[in-house]
This record gives sequence, C-alpha cells and structure tokens, in this order.
Amino acid sequence: MRGFSAGFYAAVVTRGFRRYATYRTATAAGLFTNTVFGLIITYSYIALWSQRPHLGGYSQPQALTYVWLGQGLLTPMALMGGGFEDELGDRIRSGDVAVDLYRPADLQAWWLSADLGRAAFQLVARGVVPMCVGSLIFTLALPTAPLTWLFFLVSVALGLLVSFALRYLVALSFFWLLDGAGVSQVVWLAGLFFSGMLLPLSVFPGTLGAVARALPWSAMLQVPADVLLGRHRSGGAAGSLGFQAVWAVVLLAAGRAVQGLATRRVVVQGG
Amino acid sequence: MWVRSTMAYRASFAMTALGNLAATALDFVTIVLMFGQVHTLGGFTLPEVAFLYGTAGTAFGFADLLLGSMDRLGRRVRDGTLDTLLLRPAPVLAQVAADKFALRRTGRIVQGLAVLGWSLARVDVHWTWWRIAMVPGMVVCGAVIFCAVFTAGAAFQFIAQDAAEVQNSVTYGGNTMLQYPPGIFARELVRGVTFVVPLAFVNWLPALRVLGEPDPLGLPGWLDFASPVAAALCCALAAAAWRAGLRAYRSTGS
Repeated sequence: MRGFSAGFYAAVVTRGFRRYATYRTATAAGLFTNTVFGLIITYSYIALWSQRPHLGGYSQPQALTYVWLGQGLLTPMALMGGGFEDELGDRIRSGDVAVDLYRPADLQAWWLSADLGRAAFQLVARGVVPMCVGSLIFTLALPTAPLTWLFFLVSVALGLLVSFALRYLVALSFFWLLDGAGVSQVVWLAGLFFSGMLLPLSVFPGTLGAVARALPWSAMLQVPADVLLGRHRSGGAAGSLGFQAVWAVVLLAAGRAVQGLATRRVVVQGG
Repeated sequence: MWVRSTMAYRASFAMTALGNLAATALDFVTIVLMFGQVHTLGGFTLPEVAFLYGTAGTAFGFADLLLGSMDRLGRRVRDGTLDTLLLRPAPVLAQVAADKFALRRTGRIVQGLAVLGWSLARVDVHWTWWRIAMVPGMVVCGAVIFCAVFTAGAAFQFIAQDAAEVQNSVTYGGNTMLQYPPGIFARELVRGVTFVVPLAFVNWLPALRVLGEPDPLGLPGWLDFASPVAAALCCALAAAAWRAGLRAYRSTGS
C-alpha cells in the first residue's frame, strides 16, 4: 500500500504465474500423479456408491465429479503444501524477513499476490487437465448453465483467499516457533481431512460432519464442489459464497493482526 | 547423524512423529467412515480391508523409512550436489538414502502395525502354520518390493530430474491402491500393478490366499506364494537401473 498501486501487485501476480510456468516437467509429473490418484479414488467411490446410491446426497456421476474436482483443486489450494509458506517460513527463520519489512511493499499483499499468481497457473495447468481426463474416462455431472460456472469461479477464488490466509498464519507462527514443521504438518493434515479431500464432508456422520462443514477448510473444496454441482447450503449460491467470504475476511484480518504483533514484539533472528 | 540431529529437538521430533502417525491414520479413518455407510466394500469386510491396509502400510512404512529420501535425488542432480556424494568412499545409494533420514517416518510403521494387529484379532480366518508365516512374509517381501520401486524411481530421476512426483504416484499411490480390495478396480489397472509394477505381490495376491477370497484376474494359485521371487526380481531390475542411471550421470556445469 504505501504508495504502491494495484499495478505493482498485478505485476507480482504475473511473476508468480510465470515462475511456476517454468517447471514444465514437474507440472507434467504432477498431472500424472493427480490422474493416478484420481483413478484410485474413483474406483473406491464407485464401489461405495454402487452399494449406497445417493450417499451424502450425491448421485454416482456427482460423486465422481467431486473426485476429479478434488484432484484439480489439490495443488491450486495447496492442500498438501507447496505454496509460498515454506519460503516465507525460511525467511522468518533466517532473519531475512527483516529486509522484507523495510521494503515499501506490504508483506501480506506481496505474498498474497505471489501466491495468487502461483494458484492461477496451477488452476490452468493442474486444474483443467484432470477434469478433462476424468470426464473422458467416466461419466461426470458437469453443469451446462453459464451462471453456475460463474458462481463456481467466484467460489474457487474465495477458496484461494481462505487457503492463502490460513497458510499465512502458519508461516507467521515461525516468528515464535523456530521449528514450525510441527505446526505446518498439523494444519496441512487438518486441511486434507476437513476440506473433504479424503471423503466428501456430506458423508461424514452427525456432529463430525456439522463441525467439518463449519470449519474454514470446507471453503477450499467442499463448497466449490457443491457450487459446481448446484447443491447449496441454506441461502442458495449467496449462502455458499457468503460463508467463504466471511472466513476469507476473518482469516485475512487475523493475519494482519498477527503480522502487526510479530513485527512490533518479536526480535528478528540475527538482529 | 540425522538421527542425532533429530533428537536434538525432542519436542519437535515427538510432534512430527505423532503428526506422521496421525497423517497416515487419517487414511484409515476415511476407510472406517466409508464402512459407516456399507457393510462390505468390493466383497471385503472392514477387518479384511484393515488386513490389506495393515500389510501394505507396514511394508511401505519400512521402505519409506529406509529409502523415502530418494525423491530428493532429482534436486541433487539439478544443483550438482550429487558430485559431493560421488567423491566420498561410501556407496552413493546408501548416502542418498541416509540424507535427511527422517526418524519421524516410524509413525507410519507404528500405525500400520496397529491396524494389522487389530485386523488379525478380528478377521475370520482358519489359521494354519503357512497362513501365519505368510503375514510376516508379506511385510518383508512388500518392504523389499517397495524399496526396489523407490530405487528404480530414483534411477529414473537421473534422466527426468524434475519428475519426483511420478515416483510418488507409484509409491504413495501404490500404497493407497493396495489398501483397497483388488476387485473394485478396473481389470487393466489390476493387471498393471501385477505385471508392470508388481505391487500386487506386496499384499494382494498373498492376502487373497490368506483370507480365502477369489482372485479377480483368475491367475494361477501358485502366484500367491511367489512374492519372494517377485521381490528378488524387482531388486535385480532396480539395481541394474540404478547402475545404469549412475553411469549415465553427467555432472552439471563444466
């Protein structure tokens, strides 16, 4: 902020996009892995849904759409890590973050822009392809209404904000914990389970399901998937998107508050 | 050395080891949640699936503990630090394996053994001496097969330096696949993990024999006992691939 225009941050987004676009072999290898896991999970879901049609309110094609969407959103949402947080964590641990704080760019906005660039690339490269592969091999339930796709894109964008905000908080925890590997692992695990990556949250029983659906991680896969499949929570599309927006605002504000606390209170390593 | 360096931060070690245990436990929680909805999956009951899960998970856990660092080889080839290892008077394979040796990976073994123990107490099997002998046999042969896959994957990284994830799809993906009954997968996929990457010998084929379940491919019965042969063959192939990879290695720079 301090004098920097939106154009500056847009440039950071573009650089983030291009940086990840450089790793072509790694992207292809990742796509291969997404496809293999997509196949494995698909067959376990077919076994499950053929015995219990409409489990969790999904028809079998809807459940399979959910699987491939999960593979497509896994990397953009950084559900298994691999975003900016390791880099920022390292800079905090080594003390290099002190230099970043002297720069006239805002720390949170800078990393948000870089991470959005990364996510945008991975959405195109590792999001679209698994969906296409899945729809070629299996019968998926993809919507035809343009408005549904529009809502879906908004939902994905809000999910990316929630994902960034959570990982920003994880990285900032390194100011206090010099070895933050434990924290990132716990958050990473919670993310995998509570986003609905392992099993749709609507299949979770009773209270566990209700709690899981209320946690921020559901904004990263369960909610975008339900928006795409036209299965909204109370309040229709507005309710679903509103849920994500509230978590995004709350977590981004928390990140800002913690950042303020960290820069005022904590003595940076080596200085 | 890596063990001592890990132990320097005991609290962090405890946390990451526990985290690792929880991480792998969540797969099993997912399976239990599935069985909250159905009584059998692909003709297998929960204790039977747990038997598959426990044998594959324990075998994979041992291989991951020993050679799980192998996916870093691509990075070493790229940044040239592999040269340092070539100069030292110790086998390169052992050095790459020992690099960042992560004791926290024991969590996976503990969890696999726990699930295996639970399933053994509950599966409906008439235990004869050869059935009993097959269980540790599966874990040992399985670990050897997974080790061979890790090594072959590392050899592949000499050529494709950025492709560590392909290796993950066979190792972690294979482990996930073996946790489910073979009957639920498409025939081609089952054939692939029997004849191309012989993961079916880790637990599928011997487990079908132990549990007395039919084989979806209708393969000859003696194959159920062929895991040690498959493991030995895998080792020979992986060793050849590794040597070829190492010989083809050209350092970065001049």
